[in-house]
Amino acid sequence: MAERAAVVGIGQTRYKSKRQDVSMAGLLREAVDRALADAGVSFDDIDAVIMGKAPDMFEGVVMPESYLADALGAVGKPMLRVHTAGSVGGSTAIVAASHVQSGSFRRVLAVTWEKQSESNAMWALSTPQPFAVHLNAGAGGYFAPIIREYMRRSGADPNTGIRVAVKDRRHGARNPLAHLQLPDITEQEVADSPMLWDPIRFLEACPSSDGACAMVIAAEDALSGDKPPAWIQGVAMRSEPTMYAGREEVNPQAGRDCAADVYAQAGIRDPRRELDCAEIYVPFSWYEPMWLENLGFADEGEGWKLTLSGATSLDEGGDIPWNCSGGVLSSNPIGASGMIRFAEAARQVRGDAGDHQVPGARKALGHAYGGGAQFFAMWVVGADRP
Amino acid sequence: MSEDVAVMQAPVYLQYHFTAGRAPTRFLRRLKEGVLSGQRCPRCSQVYIPPRGSCPACGVATEEEVILSDKGTVQSFTIVHIPIPGNPIDPPYVVANIVPDGANISFIHLLSECDNREVRIGQRVEAVWRPREEWTWAMENILYFRPLDEPDVAVERIGTLPVTGLEG
Repeated sequence: MAERAAVVGIGQTRYKSKRQDVSMAGLLREAVDRALADAGVSFDDIDAVIMGKAPDMFEGVVMPESYLADALGAVGKPMLRVHTAGSVGGSTAIVAASHVQSGSFRRVLAVTWEKQSESNAMWALSTPQPFAVHLNAGAGGYFAPIIREYMRRSGADPNTGIRVAVKDRRHGARNPLAHLQLPDITEQEVADSPMLWDPIRFLEACPSSDGACAMVIAAEDALSGDKPPAWIQGVAMRSEPTMYAGREEVNPQAGRDCAADVYAQAGIRDPRRELDCAEIYVPFSWYEPMWLENLGFADEGEGWKLTLSGATSLDEGGDIPWNCSGGVLSSNPIGASGMIRFAEAARQVRGDAGDHQVPGARKALGHAYGGGAQFFAMWVVGADRP
Repeated sequence: MSEDVAVMQAPVYLQYHFTAGRAPTRFLRRLKEGVLSGQRCPRCSQVYIPPRGSCPACGVATEEEVILSDKGTVQSFTIVHIPIPGNPIDPPYVVANIVPDGANISFIHLLSECDNREVRIGQRVEAVWRPREEWTWAMENILYFRPLDEPDVAVERIGTLPVTGLEG
C-alpha cells in the first residue's frame, strides 16, 4: 500500500427487526451522522462516498443509490456502489480504504445497510431458476449440507453449534446496538428451538435485521476526532466460482488465500497468538469452527475443539475472542453485516467497544463472506501505525 | 418519540425470458426425452450437469456431450422444516445434493420414499420420473429421487463414479 490509512469515525444504528420510524435514507443518515460526529468532521470534509448493500431484491428497491446521493452528502462528489453479496459490507470498507491508500482521496465515507423489513430476503434468494428444480430454501438451505459435511469429516461434537449460538448471544447482550438481546439464553433453549434446515436450528441461525453502519476512513495527514485511529494494516479480497467439480466447499480455497494475503500484509504468522480478537462473519453457528480452520486459527478438523475450549468466548476469558459484538448471529442487516465486522474490529483496537471491549486489544481481524461462500473480504486493523 | 412512517405494500413481479444458449438447450432437449446429459471439460475432463458451455474451474469452452445415468449418489443433504415460498411441498422434506453417475458435480433434488432419519452421505439413489406425456424442458420431469438397494459409496469416491455406477 502506498499511503497509510485509518478508521477515524464509526457510526451504527441500533439493529432491530423493523425500523418503521425511518425511511431507507433516514436509516442511512443515522449511521452516517454518527460516523461523521465520531470523526469530528462534516460532509464538507468528505471527498468521496462509497456505499454497499446486498441484492436489490432484498428490499425490492432497484438501484437505491440513485436517490440516496443527497441524503449521503454525495452531490458534487464521486459516489460508487459496491456489490459482492453478503460480503459487500467488507468489500465496501476495502474499496473505501483503497481509495485512500492509493492517494486518490484524503477522506472517504463508507456506508452499508439493509432494511430487511421492507421485503423478504428469503424469497429473494428462492426464485425459480431455469434447468434446476425449485427447491431453494434460502441461505440456510444452501449452507446446511455444507455444515453437515463439516460435521461428518471433523467428527465434531454435535453440541458445537449450540455453544456458538449461546456464546455469541451472550456477547450480543453486552452490546446495546445488537438486535437480539438474550442475556439469559441457555444451551437447552437452543437445542429445543425448532429445526429449520437440519442440522441448523432456529437459534443457530442469524436474525433478519434493519440497520446501517458507516465509517470515515482517512489518510495519515487527514486524521481527526478525539479517539485514537484504527490503522489499516492489511486488506484482501478473493473470489471463486459458486460451483466447480471438486470444489472444497467446507474450507474454500478463496478464504484460505484471502487470509494468507491479509496476514502477510499485517506481518502475522500465527493469527491465534498475534491477534487479540476477531469479528468473523458467522451467520450460522457452525461457521465458527469452520472459519477457525479456514482462517488458520486451528488445524483442519480441530476448529470445534477450540470453540468448545472457550478460547473464542469473552465471557470465559478466552485467548482469542470471536464476535464480541454478538456477531451476525445477533444482528444481520445483510448488506451492513460485513462492515459491522470491520467496524467492530476497529472499535476494539481504538479501545472504544464499551462493555464488549477486549481488554488491551491492539490488533484485530474483520472478516466477511458472501454468495455461496465464494466472496471473501478481510482486513487487519491495529492500534499501531503500520 | 417519532411516529412510524407509513408503510405500503408494493408487490414486485418478475417474468424472465431466458435465452438458454447452446449447451443448456441440448441439455433441456435431452431432458424432454427423459435423459440426463452433461458436458466434459477438454482440459480437466470433469463432467458438468447442467452444462453451461464452459468449465467454471478452467474457464474453457466445453463441447463434448456426455449421456449420464439417472442413478446417483448423495453428496450431502438437508432436511428442510420450513415451506419454500411459492412451492406447495409440505415440510419436512429432504433436499439432497446428488451427483449422477458419470458426472463430477451435484445438483439439488428432492429425496423421497425414504425414512428421513436414514438418509446419509454416500447413499445410492435413483430418479423417479413423471409420466412420459408430462415431460417438458425442465428438471421437474423428475419427481424426486428414491433410495437404491446398493451399498453406500465411500466418501472419497463420491463424484467420481462412471456412468455405469458402482459396477464400473
